[in-house]
Amino acid sequence: MTRAEQVAKEFRATDIRQRWLLSAPSLFIIFCAAIGPLLVVLLYSFMVKGDYGDVKYWQFSGLGWFEVFFQRDIFDETVTLADAHLNIFGRSLLLATVTTAITFALGFPTAYFIATRPERWRNIWLFLITIPFWTNILIRTFAIQETIRNEGVINGALMAWGVIDQPLQIMYTNTAILMGMTYVFLPLMVLPVYAALEKMDFRLVEAGYDLYATRGRVLRRIILPLTKSGIIAGSILVFIPALGAYVTPRVLGGGKNMMLGNLIELQFGQGRNWPLGAALSITLLVIVTLALLVYVRNASKSGAGHGH
Amino acid sequence: MAPGSALILVETAVAIDAIGVSKVFKGSGQDEVRALDHVSVAIRENEFFTLLGPSGCGKTTLLRLIAGFEFPSAGEIRLYGEDIALLPPYKRPVNTVFQNYALFPHMTVAENIGFGLEMLGRGRDEISARVSEMLRLVQMQDLRDRKTSQISGGQQQRVALARALAPKPKVLLLDEPLSALDFKLRKDMQIELKRLQHETGITFIFVTHDQEEALTMSDRIAVMNKGRILQVGNPRDIYERPQERFVANFIGDTNMLQAKVLKSKGDHATLQLDNGLKLDASLPDGFVAKDKVTAAVRPEHAQLVRTGGALTGLISNIVFFGTDTHFHLQLRDGAPFVVRQQNATLAPTGFVVGQTVGVTLTPNALRVLKD
Repeated sequence: MTRAEQVAKEFRATDIRQRWLLSAPSLFIIFCAAIGPLLVVLLYSFMVKGDYGDVKYWQFSGLGWFEVFFQRDIFDETVTLADAHLNIFGRSLLLATVTTAITFALGFPTAYFIATRPERWRNIWLFLITIPFWTNILIRTFAIQETIRNEGVINGALMAWGVIDQPLQIMYTNTAILMGMTYVFLPLMVLPVYAALEKMDFRLVEAGYDLYATRGRVLRRIILPLTKSGIIAGSILVFIPALGAYVTPRVLGGGKNMMLGNLIELQFGQGRNWPLGAALSITLLVIVTLALLVYVRNASKSGAGHGH
Repeated sequence: MAPGSALILVETAVAIDAIGVSKVFKGSGQDEVRALDHVSVAIRENEFFTLLGPSGCGKTTLLRLIAGFEFPSAGEIRLYGEDIALLPPYKRPVNTVFQNYALFPHMTVAENIGFGLEMLGRGRDEISARVSEMLRLVQMQDLRDRKTSQISGGQQQRVALARALAPKPKVLLLDEPLSALDFKLRKDMQIELKRLQHETGITFIFVTHDQEEALTMSDRIAVMNKGRILQVGNPRDIYERPQERFVANFIGDTNMLQAKVLKSKGDHATLQLDNGLKLDASLPDGFVAKDKVTAAVRPEHAQLVRTGGALTGLISNIVFFGTDTHFHLQLRDGAPFVVRQQNATLAPTGFVVGQTVGVTLTPNALRVLKD
């Protein structure tokens, strides 16, 4: 090895060492804040449950994972699918998907409206959109409850106008959860969609009209494809917290209309079944990851290439 | 187009007829901007028509009214006799080449060009054939399946042209399409645009603030300022017979002289310059006789002489331009005057800074202007 090669090799080695050294703090934080806790949850899901909560350390069992999907009858020990859990998975997926769809249907026009205002008005509108964030989510949820309960604003008004005789039962239904989640998550859809619209060149919209595209076609063929990144971001920001929502279904859905978040909380609380709770948490994580993969793949396929 | 075909042009159909068009933009609060003020102009079929003027003169507003992106506050815009002023842009058989091209970044070159035809509901085969034809027309066959972000500015320009021409519009609108190109490319595209207009036979309405571009490309030019059309005519007309001071100043270089009208007859008058010299000058249309007038003469219509001449001045600067030389003079009364002399011979001019010289004017070159 020549001297030059040796110097170059040493330089490379120092360079690599320094790179690791410099990224050590962030790697440490990523491990402590994200990967570490996840590994703990994964570990707990494979342990034997304790009698009063917690787990029996280093006694492993697959029972937690078994109970996610199956249940054993207390009397004759027959194994059946855990209908209650599967129902909750199904409801959570459905409600999260519908919430994402509704926030998009309401949020896209809102974002479009803001993006087409004169520049100095846009910030004021954005500011108004973010005002609900200043309040605790629990308070916001109770505000919705106040609106939709039997003696609430909506029922009160409808009955006063004589539209209905009996109050509509909105509380403790899936509709109530949807209304609550839509209200809470709407800004998370509006903001990224606005960011994408604001960057969009509106002369492209004019070019579309000029080339004989009607309003609907300009929206479908030009505006939506060009703001796809914002729509994907907004959908992810709404879908993930909606799938694991806890406060909203707890307050507005009552005990019967549980979602995944409530089910997990139940296992760590009254249920005293930490391994099951941990296994459910991991399941939620897997569902979210799969849903995102499917969604992003579909979204990037449609619209990108409208080839002939 | 052969010289002398102007007579035939007069008889061809009118493609776009703007009648008393005004456009007022409501600003915030009370302020209004009158972008167009009772503009009337008839643009003929198969004509390369240029709207020329400084920024804010209303030329782009007029183009946008014809395209349908804005609607007039008053007046009519007719396309072959049919009033289209209030139709949405997607119902007008008119297409636009935008200043920054506005190509769809999520589509390929071919998809961009075919977009208009697709929206018109044409069949797949027809679109494909027409796209190929357009690509051939603008010499871009190789780049059919490229994304528009992967091609150069000049190529984007060609795609924008092909996209706007593909649906065979009755009128093509071009909004300063060459302003983003560098000098060399701009020269090439000027020639290219003329060729395309000739080959397609489509009426082109071209907006520019570049007077040279307007002179070299147009069949006719409308000079605009402050929301009004000041003069319409072929390039030679506009350059050699400007009616108003603004037109004379905006297009080419002009020397202005103050004079008195001694007598006038028809479109000719005898002027008396401040130094007492009498000269013949032509009058603008609708000239209202008055005592004091401004007369204009182009720098190339004046010649330096050692002695005599209509005017006398002191050479304050000599600027060499390669093809010609500019002599900046100061006249007796202090007014500046420029003489442009072609460098036809290789011999030195023989004039030096500080020398007192005379100026003769080409016969009929002096023109009275409306203020």
